[in-house]
Amino acid sequence: MLHIIERILKPFILSAMDPNEIKAMIENGMSNLVVNVDGDGTHFEALIVSTEFEGKSLIERHKLVYGVLGDAMKERIHALSLKTFTPEQWDSQK
Amino acid sequence: MSDATEKIESQIKGNKVILYMKGNREMPQCGFSARVVQILDSYDVMYETVDVLSDPDIRQGIKDYSNWPTIPQLYVNGEFIGGCDICVELFQSGELETILNPA
Repeated sequence: MLHIIERILKPFILSAMDPNEIKAMIENGMSNLVVNVDGDGTHFEALIVSTEFEGKSLIERHKLVYGVLGDAMKERIHALSLKTFTPEQWDSQK
Repeated sequence: MSDATEKIESQIKGNKVILYMKGNREMPQCGFSARVVQILDSYDVMYETVDVLSDPDIRQGIKDYSNWPTIPQLYVNGEFIGGCDICVELFQSGELETILNPA
């Protein structure tokens, strides 16, 4: 009986994610970056400034971040809004 | 090739502008899908939509096809343009207009 309940509840337990957890995953998976993540447990917004984005299209940049997040992106993060900048682009934003 | 992939390929090839979304143009079922519909509606452009909520095979199939984990997904002239964030950025920079109406 317990394992049935666990199976039913698992997706809901897993679905709550801390923005800091996402921040840490991105920081571990990429180099040379500044990242800020906000969110409510399932919907998140990340602002990432990294030299790794240099010479990459928006699609390539987003794929890079999705790749770092791996299965979490498929299973635990319902929505992640991304803003990606190279340091140069970020400077010109200010 | 799976049935879903075959269907997706023919949809993408058969429509100049096609949006895979949750819900439809009149009633989007997700804020991100609604945002892209709003952007496309601001241009004088014909586009097709596919509701992924009504077909689980397409819902998973389109993610595999583009190697992109989220919905919505916009395709123009057979090419994957991006999800909601990218559409918004391309809209704001004016690039999307160029993509939709090549000179």
